Amino acid sequence: MDQATTTTTFEKPIQDLDQVVIRFAGDSGDGMQLTGDQFTRTTALMGNDIATFPDFPAEIRAPAGTLPGVSAFQLRFSSFDIHTPGDAPDVLVVMNPAALKVHLKELKKDGVLILNTASFSALDLKKAKYEKDPRTDGSLAGWRVIEVDLEARTREALANSPLDSRGKDRCKNMYALGILYWMFHRDMEPTIKAIGQKFAKKPEIVDANLVAMRAGYAYAETTEIFQTAYRVPPAQLPPGTYRNIMGNQALGLGLVAGAQQAGLQLFLGSYPITPASDILHQLAAYKNLGVVTFQAEDEIAAVAAAIGAAYSGSLGLTTTSGPGLALKSEAIGLAVMAELPLVIVNVQRAGPSTGMPTKTQQADLLQAMFGRNGESPVAVLAANTPADAFEVGFEAVRIALQFMTPVIVLSDGYIANGSEPWRLPDIARLPAIPVQFAPPGKPGEKFMPYQRNPQTLARVWAKPGTPGLTHRIGGLEKADLTGNISYDAQNHQHMIDTRAQKIANIADAVAPATTLGPDHGDVLVLGWGSTRGAITSAVLQLQKQGHKISASFLRWLNPLPKNLGALMQNFKRVILPEMNKGQLCMLLRSKYLVDVESYSKVDGQPFKSQEILDYLTKALASPQGGAR
Amino acid sequence: MSTTERPVLQKKDYKSDQDVRWCPGCGDYSILNAVTGAFAKLQKQLHETVIVSGIGCSSRFPYYMETFGFHTIHGRAPAIATGVKVANPALDVWVVTGDGDAMSIGGNHFIHAMRRNVGLKILMFNNRIYGLTKGQYSPTSEQGKVTKSSPMGTVDYPFSPIALSLGAGGTFIARGVDVFGPHLEEMICRASAHQGTALLEIYQNCNIFNDGAYKTFTDKEVRDERTLAIEHGKPLLFGAQKDKGIAFDGNFKPYLVTGQDLGKAYVWDETAETPAPAMALATMSEAEFPVPIGVFRRREKPAFEAGVQAQVAAARAKKQGSLHELLHQGEIWDVK
Repeated sequence: MDQATTTTTFEKPIQDLDQVVIRFAGDSGDGMQLTGDQFTRTTALMGNDIATFPDFPAEIRAPAGTLPGVSAFQLRFSSFDIHTPGDAPDVLVVMNPAALKVHLKELKKDGVLILNTASFSALDLKKAKYEKDPRTDGSLAGWRVIEVDLEARTREALANSPLDSRGKDRCKNMYALGILYWMFHRDMEPTIKAIGQKFAKKPEIVDANLVAMRAGYAYAETTEIFQTAYRVPPAQLPPGTYRNIMGNQALGLGLVAGAQQAGLQLFLGSYPITPASDILHQLAAYKNLGVVTFQAEDEIAAVAAAIGAAYSGSLGLTTTSGPGLALKSEAIGLAVMAELPLVIVNVQRAGPSTGMPTKTQQADLLQAMFGRNGESPVAVLAANTPADAFEVGFEAVRIALQFMTPVIVLSDGYIANGSEPWRLPDIARLPAIPVQFAPPGKPGEKFMPYQRNPQTLARVWAKPGTPGLTHRIGGLEKADLTGNISYDAQNHQHMIDTRAQKIANIADAVAPATTLGPDHGDVLVLGWGSTRGAITSAVLQLQKQGHKISASFLRWLNPLPKNLGALMQNFKRVILPEMNKGQLCMLLRSKYLVDVESYSKVDGQPFKSQEILDYLTKALASPQGGAR
Repeated sequence: MSTTERPVLQKKDYKSDQDVRWCPGCGDYSILNAVTGAFAKLQKQLHETVIVSGIGCSSRFPYYMETFGFHTIHGRAPAIATGVKVANPALDVWVVTGDGDAMSIGGNHFIHAMRRNVGLKILMFNNRIYGLTKGQYSPTSEQGKVTKSSPMGTVDYPFSPIALSLGAGGTFIARGVDVFGPHLEEMICRASAHQGTALLEIYQNCNIFNDGAYKTFTDKEVRDERTLAIEHGKPLLFGAQKDKGIAFDGNFKPYLVTGQDLGKAYVWDETAETPAPAMALATMSEAEFPVPIGVFRRREKPAFEAGVQAQVAAARAKKQGSLHELLHQGEIWDVK
């Protein structure tokens, strides 16, 4: 925040900025996600580009005021095209000492720290493991500290509210939001509308929240401690109709759109698991589009029911996260063998085992690729931004149907809960997804369930209920064409080769890899999944500095794009940042014999663009492999 | 296709062209015979019938039937069949499973199918042994059973599949025996007629690994004295002369009645609201009492798939969704 101050009609000066990063942090009961969400909606409606990153604890309500209970929401908005929710915040709002302790180190030097002094009693400090009050021991030097007793101010504002003091205290996040709305020149109307809708049946709560927000706004406007307001002009986004969207939502919409374009009933079998459950909630509300959702007794039943639905002629879908994918492995193998269209969504989280369910990671790639017994290839693709998840969901449906195969969609916690403006697709231009069920059999003719499309090698889809198509299939190896059980050696070799070739053929039906920047040069940075934003920011910056560096983001991981091998040869070096221990790197090295350099990070947090920039800067200055 | 155009199907028409590969003398042959007999009696349409199975000797069943068949993975048949039935309720969906498949590895799916009352007809072949893996004990093996994996006898207590199903809220629970052909065929027909989940436990002899498991009550010489054919609305009587009966005390503890007390024999009501009498029959000692066969319980309850599809229909009737509307939900804005 270091741009020229201009004079305005406001009493206080307004400074124009091209971007701001704000982080709200407090107890998980302090309403930080709601506050962040409201700021996001307002800002999106005001035409800024925006990216968000909620970071919540695993516990629903950890003990109040403690370090594990801290919940945060970061958002970045700008007047230009941005790719990530930002690294270090310009403004940090902390509701208690625990939030201060967890997040202060990330606040930019000279950044604004808005601190709720109501929660700085000796006990609060002790819970946050502070020995001394950080406000008085010099540890806040270097930041612009604004102390506000949010509780006292909110109670004052709500003196006439019928709510009890507990209820009033709950409105303090809205008071803080009001302050920020003034600081960043935001329109309060969208929030007034949203709160009115959210608590429609509790007018006293609506009133209290809005009074608190307006009071916060007025407080900032009139109090001397706030010297300047800031303005971030709207971004120049491509023309169109926009909506702010989270990754999970976009993925759900893409899957539904795919099923609609295919004219099929979408059947979701799912078992609740963080961070994938929201897709189940979302699709459960789409019954009026013919979507059937089934909350199964466990992960296995969820995929099994989806397979049953696919067998009977619906589009089968199951949604889960890493540990759930592990449980589904055997059933996915059955879908490989039975060659049924099935979409499996894995919203990855930090593992192994239960790991850190609310933190992000991309360490299930090899599980998706190989986590089944036998030679059991499936199609694998990954979403790389919240909005991209729509296209990825749609594409997964298209490929599952065209190739009669299970398709694993990889998302992750960062994409799932992050949000960005999404330019709505033109529905009239969404491609149709042709589906052809086997026609009724002719009398006296034996139906061949493993008859294939010679081009794709997809087998026919025989819908039970169709006369003349009765047949038996299953997990035992089948004779080609008839589907009867076969232990014949040559047949087994042939069927394994055929199933592998079928997946390889998908490469003919998907877009080749493209590059950000020239398709040749010194360094190619490869990315897949949610690393896209951070890599893009870093590579664009290095390009500006004159480096011959390009990036490519892989949507398809199995099969890999046909031109990838040649593309890598166009560069002297290939660097691959991943939130795992180098899983795609390992695949690329083994497939292409290219010395891909892995930049691995597995701390449960997404890459910051600065981290990637630093790594690449160092790499560019050193010989191959020197950055490691 | 209207019913008038449908050709009359013979029992043999339900058999596929695949060679049956069960061991000679296996009880599964009689079950296959009873199923094809029942299907012919009911004139089931081949293309409308789907048989889903798990893993085990019993689960080879679909290959031998000329219907749609899906031989799936161990224990998961009820879950896969649930997907088939919910996605397309018009299909006639059967599950063929065994005591290992349904009671052990697939126990969870089994109880939840019963709880939900999905329109599946589950034929559970219970031979009280693992046959396909060559002779380990199963969750229905009697305690102390000596097998390859229990050389000193099992320590486990067995399940009563009927009692388990009662506990899981099953709405049709019955038992038949492989060698009682006509009775078994009748049970299959009755299971078929039920809306919701029907469990038919079929005692089946594995002549290789557990031969004679049921001979103490199925052999011709002892059959009348050792089995109790329960029938709706009739007293619980057994014996060649129907001169013995089962009565319950106030705590549903069963006791034998004969002679003058025969009138105290409990009059069976398979539709009884309380599962207590059925539970009493399902858990009474096989050594002390005759083994009950027939319909233990039958309750009318809406089927799961009907409820699910009704919600979809209601949502659509209220407001047919469109993709356009779906994408344009929430706050949207235009950039010119």
